[in-house]
Amino acid sequence: MSLLAAVFALSTAAIAYEILLTRLFSIVLWHHFAFMIISLALLGIGASGTFLCFARRRLESRFALSFAGFAAGFGVLSVGSFALALRVPFNPLEVVWDLRQQLYLLQVYLLLAVPFFCTGTCIGLALSRFGTRIGAIYRSDLLGAGAGALLVVAALYRLAPQDCLRLVSGLGLVAAALGALHGAPRRWPAAALAVVALTLPFAWPDAWITPRPSPYKGLSLALNVPEARVVAERSGPLGWLAVVESPKVPFRHAPGLSLRARQEPPEQLGVFTDGGGLTAITRFRGDLGPLAYLDQQTAALPFHLLERPRTLVLGSGGGADVLLALLHGAQAVDAVEINPQLVELVRSDYGDFAGRLYEHEGVAVHVAEARSFVAGSGRDWDLIHVALLDSFSAAAAGVLSLSESTLYTVEALESYLDHVAPGGVLAITRWLKVPPRDSVKLFATAVLALERSGVEAPGDRLALIRSWNTATLVVKNGRLGPGEVAALRAFAEERGFDLAYYPGIGRDETNRYTRLAEPYLFEASAAILGPERHRFFDDYKFHVQPATDDSPYFFRFFKWRLLPEVLAMTGRSGVTLLEGGYLVLAATAIQAAALSAVIVLLPLWWLRPTAAARMREVRRGRLVVYFFALGLGFLFIEIAFIQRFVLFLGHPLFAIAVVLAAFLGFAGLGSGFSARFAERATGEAAAPGLGPLPPIALAVAGIILFAGAYLALLPSLFQELIPQPTPVKVIVSIALIAPLAFCMGMPFPLGLRRVSTQAPALVPWAWAVNGCASVLSVVLASLLATHFGFTFVVASAMGLYVLAAAAFWR
Amino acid sequence: MSRLHSLPVVAAALALFALGEAAAGGERAAQRDRMVRVIEAIAESVANGSVPRLLDADVLEAMRKVPRHALVPKDVRPYSYEDRPLPIGYGQTISQPYIVALMTHLLEVDAGDVVLEVGTGSGYQAAVLSELVRDVYTIEIVEPLADRASEDLRRLGYDNVTVRAGDGYYGWEEHAPFDGIVVTAAASYIPPPLIDQLRPGAKMVIPVGASFLVQHLMLVEKDAAGEVTTTLLLPVRFVPLRGGH
Repeated sequence: MSLLAAVFALSTAAIAYEILLTRLFSIVLWHHFAFMIISLALLGIGASGTFLCFARRRLESRFALSFAGFAAGFGVLSVGSFALALRVPFNPLEVVWDLRQQLYLLQVYLLLAVPFFCTGTCIGLALSRFGTRIGAIYRSDLLGAGAGALLVVAALYRLAPQDCLRLVSGLGLVAAALGALHGAPRRWPAAALAVVALTLPFAWPDAWITPRPSPYKGLSLALNVPEARVVAERSGPLGWLAVVESPKVPFRHAPGLSLRARQEPPEQLGVFTDGGGLTAITRFRGDLGPLAYLDQQTAALPFHLLERPRTLVLGSGGGADVLLALLHGAQAVDAVEINPQLVELVRSDYGDFAGRLYEHEGVAVHVAEARSFVAGSGRDWDLIHVALLDSFSAAAAGVLSLSESTLYTVEALESYLDHVAPGGVLAITRWLKVPPRDSVKLFATAVLALERSGVEAPGDRLALIRSWNTATLVVKNGRLGPGEVAALRAFAEERGFDLAYYPGIGRDETNRYTRLAEPYLFEASAAILGPERHRFFDDYKFHVQPATDDSPYFFRFFKWRLLPEVLAMTGRSGVTLLEGGYLVLAATAIQAAALSAVIVLLPLWWLRPTAAARMREVRRGRLVVYFFALGLGFLFIEIAFIQRFVLFLGHPLFAIAVVLAAFLGFAGLGSGFSARFAERATGEAAAPGLGPLPPIALAVAGIILFAGAYLALLPSLFQELIPQPTPVKVIVSIALIAPLAFCMGMPFPLGLRRVSTQAPALVPWAWAVNGCASVLSVVLASLLATHFGFTFVVASAMGLYVLAAAAFWR
Repeated sequence: MSRLHSLPVVAAALALFALGEAAAGGERAAQRDRMVRVIEAIAESVANGSVPRLLDADVLEAMRKVPRHALVPKDVRPYSYEDRPLPIGYGQTISQPYIVALMTHLLEVDAGDVVLEVGTGSGYQAAVLSELVRDVYTIEIVEPLADRASEDLRRLGYDNVTVRAGDGYYGWEEHAPFDGIVVTAAASYIPPPLIDQLRPGAKMVIPVGASFLVQHLMLVEKDAAGEVTTTLLLPVRFVPLRGGH
């Protein structure tokens, strides 16, 4: 019992650690680098299998000591390695120019791989030592992981991520204490470890483990300004918010402000999320005069086409767009912001500063995810305004290109347009890149959304203008009339903004004030509205085909075809045309594949003289295929469905926690259930009462049945149920996940059980294969979803499970 | 050993040191020559409709003279003359030499001109401008950087550069109007006072992008009538549509 509890505790700690590291490195660096670092570090689990191939006998003979030792190693190093990794002077921004950075990166990988290596060794050792209890041990592992996902999100609401790290360390040491109890004659080692578990985590000095944003991130740069200081911090699972006051040199945050604007923005507080992504809280005293500068931004355009519109602001952040609506006398403003802590800052902590903006007459603030808020609202607005919330530098460097965003998909725009009143407008502002990317893709997305809604001439409803660094797209629910066209031309003319498209625009009206080499946006919009659309998508060197919910990567603009052209450019002048995020993902895939090959192949080469004969008996090839396919398939399905359920449940973090916990929990129960088959008859046993089919075939049939059915049915089911209250949606989600996950939990222990009876020396090797496949799976799922969509990812997983079953059958 | 005896040793050491310095100086000059050749090669290869194939000879000559290594922190000195951006502390970077050359070229300044720079950083851009114009006024928001650049520039004899620590938003009214303005400080928009302080016929150059990477340059031109037009220049030979135009 203490063994299962120890596995559970360690697994809880390990997954919590993984999620925490992502959080912490998103603060120190950027999210895509966090993803790369942690993916590579997770290979430590695969490496533990390789290590066990060699050290299995020695460690198994002193199981309790070994388990406790490695678990304690995790307990100490989860914090220690992180503290050391923070000291490595790695600057990802210099990787292109500076070879030393690649060595620093390697140091970070190695440091962070050690704690995962420790947990991997413990669990791999338990699976290898107790072959008859594989189902139960794997159940504890999965249930622990599910619990860890819930625990860490809950903990992040209360504690700073570095303090959650202390919890994880303590939990690792508790697992060590429980492991030491297993079959040990003496109790004192366990008692001693328990004492350490309760003390050591609190002994780490704060300064060692507090993440500090890279000096190149917005927060660090803002704090270099004299007298600028952090006046408030909030930490939560959606990010770490830092409020900065800069009395001497004001923020003057006003993206895309007209060069003709004469007015300076009022005093502002800068709010940085994870040390980047600036949004400003603007001083408001009820007097609209000081807000006039807001009318000098491209985002103000829709207010010149509508009379006092009932407005919905999606992504209200610090409230600038709500102020813009008030400036134009909006009858009512609904502001949607996903981060409750940001809303609290504007509403209460800096409520006076912000002029009680969110309690202003006619203003209502909603803490919600934009898509599900709109879908579940059952209302319409005269203006739906999608605010510009990500930072320019993030957009410019392409760091968003690997993150999913369901805010800008075709389905999203369709849904927004469904909630725009007749004659009303949907307006979206994006940063302008040179050559243009976001705005081209956005225009194409709107055209497609209008076509899908049955609009025959989408070009009659669209207008696009730009400043030197922003572009605003307007989509009307109805045709843009001559009055509106005149208004938008006047708006642009007065502010020196360029017209890129409106119905009836002429080429000579474009590219006048802020000139690009060619009127790219005008040409792109003409091509997208014309018969040559697909040729244009193909010929444009950036990926500007609209994103869909199935492949929600709006920010990916990279095409592989671009790479040779960029590499052929002299020096490194072309790197600015590439998006960091996508390339980091590709680089992660390459590195992980190469390292996995080493980890998986090393034992074969090493163990040749001793274990070769036995290995041939169980057919190594089949073993690799089986565990590799399972490792890939499990996470393919999990990741693809998380994506679907997040859209349904709304709140991404909460949804991820619930869905992950449900998947892992029910898979754990499936694993426990699989032990029954193994107990009743060993080897190729058929399940009694279930006909002649072996249990693996039943499990795989179940996976294919449910995954296939969900692919077909979930979209329409979710559309029906999206207005339901959250508890109902959570219950529905869990009920849907349960049978699929239950089946997914069975193949791994069934296979491992067989290996354990036929060639126990290979159990660690199977563990290594599975560990490496799991890492590759996450990276590949993102890459495949980017190019082919999540449906393809799930279909591939179904194929992989069939492959696994075929490898197992014979 | 008496003092007298040690004199020749000291003299020899001094002579060797001087030789070493001279050799190092010669080495640096050779590195700068190479750097300028790389800049010319890049200019040749990236030239497009709005970015020139040949950079102004005076600008290149200035780049040949300014000791870039003496204006960057010690740890990045070995890379001073490579065509790459360099970190200079406080999260700031200096652009790769080609970008500095291009920006300076685009300003089209003359020997009698007065130029404003917002964002001194290491002082390198100011030093290059100093070789070309009468006076350079430069403002840096990060005080330690302003102090360091000011001291370095004085030590190197760039007496026509004046560094001030402070907010660049309002420009430098006392010395306005300017015959050219370079803005290297990141901002979500361009301060209107800077446009006001631009002399009719003069130009303002702003690199746009993230740390280490200049995505494109923004060239603001004020014509004789005071009308302002802006051009976004891509420092790469690239057309987004396959087959070009």
